Amino acid sequence: MNLNFYAIASIYRFEMARMRRTLFQSIATPVISTSLYFIVFGAAIGSRIAEIDGVGYGSFIVPGLIMLMLLTESISNASFGIHMPRFTGTIFEVLSAPISFVEVIAGYVGAAATKSVILGATILMTASLFVDIHIAHPFWMLLFLVLTSVSFSLFGFILGIWADGFEKLQIVPALIITPLAFLGGSFYSISMLPPFWQTVTLFNPVVYLISGFRWSFYDNADVSVALSLSMTCVFLCICLVIIWWIFRTGYKLRT
Amino acid sequence: MQDSAGTPIIRVEGLGKTYADGFEALKNINLDVYSGEIFALLGPNGAGKTTLINIICGITRPSGGRITVDGRDIIRDFRHTRSMIGLVPQELSTDMFESVWSTVSFSRGLFGRPADPQHIEKILRSLSLWNKKDSKIMTLSGGMKRRVLIAKALAHEPRILFLDEPTAGVDVELRKDMWQIVRDLRESGVTIILTTHYIEEAEMIADRIGVINHGEIIRVQEKHELMQELGRKQLVVHLHAPLARVPDSLESYALELADNGTRLVYTYETRAERTGITALLQQISDAGIRFHDIETSESSLEEIFVGLVKQVVPPASAVARGEVR
Ligand SMILES: Nc1ncnc2c1ncn2[C@@H]1O[C@H](COP(=O)(O)OP(=O)(O)O)[C@@H](O)[C@H]1O
Ligand SMILES: [Mg+2]
Repeated sequence: MNLNFYAIASIYRFEMARMRRTLFQSIATPVISTSLYFIVFGAAIGSRIAEIDGVGYGSFIVPGLIMLMLLTESISNASFGIHMPRFTGTIFEVLSAPISFVEVIAGYVGAAATKSVILGATILMTASLFVDIHIAHPFWMLLFLVLTSVSFSLFGFILGIWADGFEKLQIVPALIITPLAFLGGSFYSISMLPPFWQTVTLFNPVVYLISGFRWSFYDNADVSVALSLSMTCVFLCICLVIIWWIFRTGYKLRT
Repeated sequence: MQDSAGTPIIRVEGLGKTYADGFEALKNINLDVYSGEIFALLGPNGAGKTTLINIICGITRPSGGRITVDGRDIIRDFRHTRSMIGLVPQELSTDMFESVWSTVSFSRGLFGRPADPQHIEKILRSLSLWNKKDSKIMTLSGGMKRRVLIAKALAHEPRILFLDEPTAGVDVELRKDMWQIVRDLRESGVTIILTTHYIEEAEMIADRIGVINHGEIIRVQEKHELMQELGRKQLVVHLHAPLARVPDSLESYALELADNGTRLVYTYETRAERTGITALLQQISDAGIRFHDIETSESSLEEIFVGLVKQVVPPASAVARGEVR
């Protein structure tokens, strides 16, 4: 298969230009919310919480916080990126272009994931102004960051195609992803829960992301790192298959 | 019209389309379009013109049949076929916040061509968009947006251009510019397929015309042939002195008097073996009627078209097979 690299570059540039137009919003929003989380959880409440697994509470929540932001922002960026052309009708051009789903994903999801990685780095830098951050496994940290950004951008892409209106684009991150992230150990260790809830929690896919990501920082994890990594990859593959199916059947794209 | 080998650049065979709601928008369409021609798809609203175009361009999925572009299957070889095609859609679907320049450059890349600012500049200039190149699209008027869509469709130097209802809601100036561009493109070897429900448009610009109605191609023909075969001509005889009634000796010609009896109008079929004009003129002088001028006028495609779609339509398959070549 000879890919249309000019098309990938075109879509990617188009999407990044969209982000540049909203640069202030893209950077300011996460910086402000991160700071708020640190003031509320880190300083006010965190000072009354003992260390978790030998890590100060403020530092402990950094990976979970990044994940929380990463998931919601990846989804909303990617879903908006593909939903907008559907809404305005400009999608006709993408559908009539000499490209397959590979170029479409590489362009749209690539751009959304890039934004997410930039976002993750921004939050990390903001957090480092408040607490000490130690990264035990930088390579794995980066790998989890990128894999999560890509996976959830793919998920957002699917959402953007499935959704019939802008409300649905916002409902899914707000009603599904944010609760899963909060309940998935963003702000606490799973081991702090009673045994029954620990088991229930293991059905929450976000647990594996946060656990693996936190391990790359502080070298301790709720579930095994191998399991975290495999679960992330499984999720990524499921999204890829769904998108492949969407383009094969034309679901909601081609009548 | 036909390239040297006589092979069509677009060949549609047995194409059918049934939408998800069960509506059969296209029924066994057979159609060839030849390299370098201007082909007009003429039909009333809802005839299936957009559906047919969208299927060839890859936006809508066919339910049955086969389409080749440049001899290649549009599904199996979509990269090849789609890169040859530019489409100006019926709807004014444009980006909003992007500049004219960036949206046109985007299209070129999307269709697999490396950046070429000179080419983009040439297109923008030819469409009078050059001084708007840095404007956000949302600030442009409808006519300007239509120009932007044309520029986008031409950005990758397509060999085939589809114009879906190009003049719907378009001002006179743009209409003129557009026909100039269409002629220039044809000059450079681009094949052009346009849809319209305005007869004059097809009549003015097309080499061949396909008439489509209720998802069936009723007729495909050279414009002149179509006009000739189906057209009626009128012979108008300008008389010296007005007549009160048509003389009995001329009864067999079914003449009509017009302009207070100063004109005799004879309607005849151009496809008839004998038009009877010579005999008629002879008999007019024999009847002692003096005339100082004669003129003929052809019926417009409009009349032809109305006649066609009113006709009881034989099975499309038979018609199309006979007429496609
Ligand atoms: N997505 C769709 N689902 C169902 N019916 C459709 C759809 N798109 C078009 N149609 C119907 O198909 C017919 C042909 O439409 P179209 O190709 O747009 O006609 P034209 O372009 O000649 O005006 C119309 O009756 C239209 O209502
Ligand atoms: Mg139409």
